[in-house]
Amino acid sequence: MYRYDHYDQAMVDSRVEEFRDQTRRRLEGMLSEDQFKPLRLQNGLYLQLHAYMLRVAIPYGTLSGAQMHALADIAGKYDRGYGHFTTRQNIQYNWIKLDEAPDLLADLARVEMHAIQTSGNCIRNISSDQYAGAIADEIIDPRPYAELLRQWSSFHPEFLALPRKFKIAVIASQTDRAAMKLHDIGIRMVRNDAGEIGAAFYVGGGMGRTPMIAPCIREFVPVDQLITYSEACLRVYNRYGRRDNKYKARIKILVHELGREKYTRQVEEEFAHLLTQGIEPPLAELKRIATFFADPPFETGLADDVDRSDPGFALWLDRNTLPHKQPGYAIAVISLKPVGGIPGDASVEQMHLMADLATRYSFDECRVTHAQNIVLPHVRKADLFAIWQQLEAAGLGAANLDTVEDIIACPGLDYCSLANARSIPVAQKISRRFSDTGKTAELGELKLKISGCINACGHHHAGHIGILGVDRKGTENYQLLLGGSEGDDTSLGKITGPGFDEDGIVDAVERATDVYLARRQEGERFLDTYRRVGIDAFKEAIYG
Amino acid sequence: MVELLRFREDEPVADPALTVDSFSDQSNASAVRLEPGDDARDLLPFLDQLRLVEINFPSFGDGRGYSAARILREAGFDGELRAVGDVLVDQLSYMRRCGFDSFAPEKPFNPAGAQAALSRWPQVYQATGDGRRPIWALRHDAQSNG
Amino acid sequence: MKILTGNDLKSGAVTWWTGYDWSIHVEDAVDVGDEADAIAAREEGARRVNAPCAIDAERDAKGGVRPVHIKDRIRALGPTVRPDLTLKPADPEAGNWVI
Repeated sequence: MYRYDHYDQAMVDSRVEEFRDQTRRRLEGMLSEDQFKPLRLQNGLYLQLHAYMLRVAIPYGTLSGAQMHALADIAGKYDRGYGHFTTRQNIQYNWIKLDEAPDLLADLARVEMHAIQTSGNCIRNISSDQYAGAIADEIIDPRPYAELLRQWSSFHPEFLALPRKFKIAVIASQTDRAAMKLHDIGIRMVRNDAGEIGAAFYVGGGMGRTPMIAPCIREFVPVDQLITYSEACLRVYNRYGRRDNKYKARIKILVHELGREKYTRQVEEEFAHLLTQGIEPPLAELKRIATFFADPPFETGLADDVDRSDPGFALWLDRNTLPHKQPGYAIAVISLKPVGGIPGDASVEQMHLMADLATRYSFDECRVTHAQNIVLPHVRKADLFAIWQQLEAAGLGAANLDTVEDIIACPGLDYCSLANARSIPVAQKISRRFSDTGKTAELGELKLKISGCINACGHHHAGHIGILGVDRKGTENYQLLLGGSEGDDTSLGKITGPGFDEDGIVDAVERATDVYLARRQEGERFLDTYRRVGIDAFKEAIYG
Repeated sequence: MVELLRFREDEPVADPALTVDSFSDQSNASAVRLEPGDDARDLLPFLDQLRLVEINFPSFGDGRGYSAARILREAGFDGELRAVGDVLVDQLSYMRRCGFDSFAPEKPFNPAGAQAALSRWPQVYQATGDGRRPIWALRHDAQSNG
Repeated sequence: MKILTGNDLKSGAVTWWTGYDWSIHVEDAVDVGDEADAIAAREEGARRVNAPCAIDAERDAKGGVRPVHIKDRIRALGPTVRPDLTLKPADPEAGNWVI
């Protein structure tokens, strides 16, 4: 994985000192809250429902064992013993003190980490495929490109006061595991007919109150123009994105209002101009970065056989591991979704264990997924049983990846000052319900996503089943959506009808799954059946 | 306290800066003020006669002026580029990178604060036309030299 | 009644105006009537509070202060999904007060 050189380290160290100075000026009254707020936000520090919340960037979701240990230590030293992994592959701490935040950032900098641009109206942390470098279907590892973009976007002086936040995802396979088309810019690395690598740009996707699927504005940007093209996309947005209404300020609205053709034309004009400006790093820089992402020294000649005699292990093996590109290895996913638990939360002890497992069994590397789980990307199949035993002992052995129990949920009204309803209790009740009824296995792949407000941090638009919490005259109310997907076949869920209370929504979800079980055809997932039979059959069962 | 922070040797322009609308009616004016909604590229035919372009930041959160500044510099404008309005000390180094070479903030800067902000970053990640060599260039210089 | 709440500037802790100081316990909150803006401006200026705002509250049956909106009740207690981290970790009924 990428390692800082003295330049990267100096930038992050300088940022810590800058923020230490800004924090001092705030505490001494030289900065008002209005002035300080955008500064603290660009260092990931929010004022949330109960305290300050700090969001730490995990570039493209990749962590070393030492970094995961450091995240655990921070949870113990500055927070209350846990952290929350988010849908953008980051981690959040919920109980941070302002006067301790600079020290926390200094601790992060010691392990080549930071909270730069994890909030605010700027280019956020770049996300990617959590299986990058391990999965067989990628045409190339997307992370060097993500790292190149990370450096370009860090402290980019022109783009620190954008109309609104800006999220970029980079993938490099046909299967989209990063919800790429639901980002402000989604980049898919592709190979053209001549065999050259380039980037397809999808611009103007997003969730929030106006969900949109990004259209492709260019099918092939040569790799030695990647930064220049990105800069053109951003400049057009910075100049013309709406600033009169924060709900219409995302780039998706600009692309929608201008139309794809007009936005594309403006980008192409700016791109042609910027190509004359010499802003593109040389290919040698991309090569330098790519060397950090070379394959680890895999052993060869390993057997693919695994002893399945323990039924609990066999279930976990079937549900939570994926084929690796290297024979004898597997990708193992640690579920942070124990039945009845809080999606994405991990304790200090659990983080330390995951760090140890990464170091011992996965070439010192782990990943955070946008579904709020942790990946051990390069595990020898012979080690899977030992890993599973240690996970089981630590409450991390849930065998439910991509099932109805593997729920994405935002922090909701339990933690978030923007939320209208709580998300976590709904997730807890749903996972308990399906665990109790034993239907989880029968339902197979079913992506259920819960947001506590219209901002859609819980990706409810993209859930096969989505739940949106709203405030109805001061009480929590939950709307049900069906038919969303974030994958290759990206689609947006449709609201079924009137909302429900907390217990009502759990019943409604179960009724929707019963329709699937009754009407599915051979090989169909919930989403396939929904698409074939349409929403009416589900509405009828839900509302009677 | 600093009311005009300037990084130029030439004499400041004494003429008041005109709005873009009134500028287009006056053929010999040398100073103009851009508002966030103005298109900096409308000034490109007049760069030879312009000695001062003020770019107004009515609110520090509106970043259109950063793009306007870069567009003017990229087109070869070498007159004074002045940030005016709600300009805060924490933005100084980024504004310098976009090509601003003078600052007339609504609320004057504390000189020590301005100095600290301007010397904050040892290096930079991007090429922006301000003459600083980005980190990627330094890295590959170093490799070819060593 | 109107009560005044905010966060402690340094620690971020949720606080409530008691008439002469800030408390982390909503029970200590007093009715600020139409004084909210003046108190908020003064206290914010003195950096004793961050992001102060006045909210609606009522007296419950036991005479305690109960914010009208669920969001403020969750602020007053803590996250309902982590009773151990709330202000009343030993009170199994605390969650019901929120809902």
